[in-house]
Amino acid sequence: MTIMKLIMSLFFSALIFTQSRAIAAEVNIYSARNEVLIKPLLDQFTQQSGIEVNLVTGDADALIKRLEIEGDNSPADLLLTVDVARLQRAKEINLLQPVTSEILSGVIPETYRDNGSYWFGLSLRSRVIVYAKDRVKPDQLSSYEALSEPAWKGRICVRSSSHVYNQSLVASLIAHNGVDATEQWAKGLVGNFARPPQGGDRDQIKAIAVGQCDLALVNTYYLGGMLHSELEDEIQAAEKVALFWPNQSDRGAHINISGAGVTKSAKNKAEAVKLLEFMTSDGAQAWYAEKNYEYPVRSGIAISDTLKQWGEFVADELNLDRLGQYNAEAVRLMDRAGWK
Amino acid sequence: MSTTVDTVTLSPSYTRRVAVHPWALAIVFVSFILSLPLIAVAGSFLIPAKDIWQHLLQTVLPEYIVNSLFLMLGVGVMTALLGIAPAWLVTMCKFPGSRMFEWALLLPMAIPAYIIAYTYAGVLDASGPVQSWLREITGWHYGEYWFPEIRSLGGAIAMLSFVLYPYVYLISRAAFIGQSICALEVARTLGCGPYKTFFKVALPLARPAIIVGLTLVLMETLADYGTVQYFGIAAFTTGIFRTWFGLGNSAAAAQLSALLMLFVIVLIYIEYWSRKQQRYYHTSSRYGFLSQKKLRRWPAIIAIIVCSLPVFSGFLIPVGFLMKWASLTYKSVVDQQFYILMWHSIMLAICAALLATVLALFMAYGKRQYSKPLTKIAVNISGMGYAVPGTVIAVGVMLPFAWLDRTIDNLFKSYFDLSTGLILSGTLIALMFAYMVRFLAVSLKTVDAGLTKIKPAMDDAGRSIGMKSVTLMRRVHMPMLRGSLLTAILLVFVDVLKELPATLILRPFNFNTLAIRAYELANEERLADAACPALAIVFVGIIPVIYLSRSISTSRPGHDVST
Repeated sequence: MTIMKLIMSLFFSALIFTQSRAIAAEVNIYSARNEVLIKPLLDQFTQQSGIEVNLVTGDADALIKRLEIEGDNSPADLLLTVDVARLQRAKEINLLQPVTSEILSGVIPETYRDNGSYWFGLSLRSRVIVYAKDRVKPDQLSSYEALSEPAWKGRICVRSSSHVYNQSLVASLIAHNGVDATEQWAKGLVGNFARPPQGGDRDQIKAIAVGQCDLALVNTYYLGGMLHSELEDEIQAAEKVALFWPNQSDRGAHINISGAGVTKSAKNKAEAVKLLEFMTSDGAQAWYAEKNYEYPVRSGIAISDTLKQWGEFVADELNLDRLGQYNAEAVRLMDRAGWK
Repeated sequence: MSTTVDTVTLSPSYTRRVAVHPWALAIVFVSFILSLPLIAVAGSFLIPAKDIWQHLLQTVLPEYIVNSLFLMLGVGVMTALLGIAPAWLVTMCKFPGSRMFEWALLLPMAIPAYIIAYTYAGVLDASGPVQSWLREITGWHYGEYWFPEIRSLGGAIAMLSFVLYPYVYLISRAAFIGQSICALEVARTLGCGPYKTFFKVALPLARPAIIVGLTLVLMETLADYGTVQYFGIAAFTTGIFRTWFGLGNSAAAAQLSALLMLFVIVLIYIEYWSRKQQRYYHTSSRYGFLSQKKLRRWPAIIAIIVCSLPVFSGFLIPVGFLMKWASLTYKSVVDQQFYILMWHSIMLAICAALLATVLALFMAYGKRQYSKPLTKIAVNISGMGYAVPGTVIAVGVMLPFAWLDRTIDNLFKSYFDLSTGLILSGTLIALMFAYMVRFLAVSLKTVDAGLTKIKPAMDDAGRSIGMKSVTLMRRVHMPMLRGSLLTAILLVFVDVLKELPATLILRPFNFNTLAIRAYELANEERLADAACPALAIVFVGIIPVIYLSRSISTSRPGHDVST
């Protein structure tokens, strides 16, 4: 047995040696937010705090799977996603842990963080209606629900229902109106499609500009990105459409968040919380609005001119857990309604 | 019916001497290790997901299957058309530009399918430059004219064919080059014209190789996710990810992936069956210098059109637009980080390519020497990963690695009261393993096809003059295999360079590649920014493509005799 021990200790001490290089404070992130949309912020954090940040990006569900398989041994301290349903899923399969931070609970409105403090919203993303300026008058528009009316037959463009933004929107409709009403609505909407769902959100805006359809459902920041694009034709297309905030007379426009939670296996919990707090600071919050045209999760943050020009809006205050809760139901419903 | 050609080894007594050769055992072991991820995926059938299956069957599953079948059919036919004819023309004929086409036809291989899909969609879409220009000169409005819809099943078939036909081209060209001139000359003296020679002699002789190429193409088609997802086509892979991400049921998604593997087993069987139909050793080993027929006037023009069509559609047009976009954005995208990305991509691709080729040689050669049903099955299974989407493979890879890490961790805790954490998961070792699972099929099939060209009689001859196995391998087999080995290295190199999903999930912290950067920007719908990394992938991929094409031209036995 002693020989066995000797061999093993020789072999593995080499491995452990390579593992334990990091002595400086660090925090490890699994991020569904693309590197270009997070790295500058993380670099700022490292500069300010001296804490090194290690990053792996990827699709949220794949990262969650990695976290799940790695279990207690996972090196990740923080899971960052770009929609709330994924955070909720990670929480439900027991991959996150609650965090107590006066800063976080102080600055993030209750609607945009988990009741049990498992996850926190960091920026807001709204899915809205955009319309052709020359063919649609804003007073013809009112709510998401009204998009299923026959008046819009053959006039609506939207991307595939495989995309989480559509799933979350439909989940919010299920939460407000119930499954049956929402299924009826989805069938009506599918009947109004100008073309089979395809492409991304920017492609829907381009389709309006060219006359393929009159309305589209898109996230606001894609419109912002197009208005400031390096490509002339994207700018021209974006200028032909206008943004409409739906459901302003009742519950408000659908809101999703990008957010994060500390993992259950976190070995650098204190650093992870510090990073979360940094991300809700004034500077970081303004950065989201400046660089990617998202809305800050905190109120009272100066926003960019692009966002100002879209005006103030009423946001749906639905508890965001519900979006995760109804996600699978939403997908089934869209399957039944024939929303590809 | 004789046994398959592979089993016709020289000396039955040799195989009888050692009942189960260690080599054969090693093959079975390696393929078992490599199929662990697939077993892990197939193991998901133990988890009940009946309710989801009912939903899928009632709503979308039939469509997934039908669309995937059409996709395979379309891509199969189109890649055969785009690949075989130019391969024959550049091998047998001489026309203006024919030497250039030899390598230019390979170029589209360096472009990832999802990049070409985004690019063409940007160009041919109703809002793109082509239709805008059309409207400008005609004064029509959208809807007043007909234009093919790029984001459609037909569009996806075209996109995948444009970048996948080089597999068929490469492998069938190698086959044409390797054909003994005698067979072709005999055909000509018997009065066959060039067309008859092609259809009656050369094509049937090259059939096994062509089918290998097509199998690779179809497997890649099945595994594609980027293109079908962007085009909004409900194919099998879209279904897998919709079930996993949308319905939140990874068990049902894994079951769907296992079902996808059934498609692959059918494919592999067809390939196997087709090979069984014929022996394809040439009876003569005289390789004279191939006298290329000089084409003039109309035949030459037609040949140029046939060869330039794939190069234009698969390479020049998309790269042209990518360059235009890159010229607008390179200042903000290309920085020091960018060169690190490039270095990572190249390093991964070289390591994986060498490893996959060595493994393939080890397995294919062993299969040839010690062919038993078990080794043959083992070798076939280890190639199945090629048709499974990278993300699914990645999950399958994580499971056994996490288990191994946990076991080591527990062992250490009990012996030394020390936690080792994750030693292998999340390292480049795990990633390299995933590449082997996914891409071994490519190198294996190429090396295998090369080996079948070596007649058993050559081994006999070698042995009769007293050559030992090692000498035989070095002096006889290796020179004959050189072309195939280079092809294998190149194919895996380019594949790994483009590979996205497995790299995305399995890579270590702070490790990015060109493909990841291109994908992240394209996914964020910032196509103009994605152009630079996409072009970098293409240009890094081109260098070995051109080099390889040269060595294939010179790999023909007898090439140096006559020149």
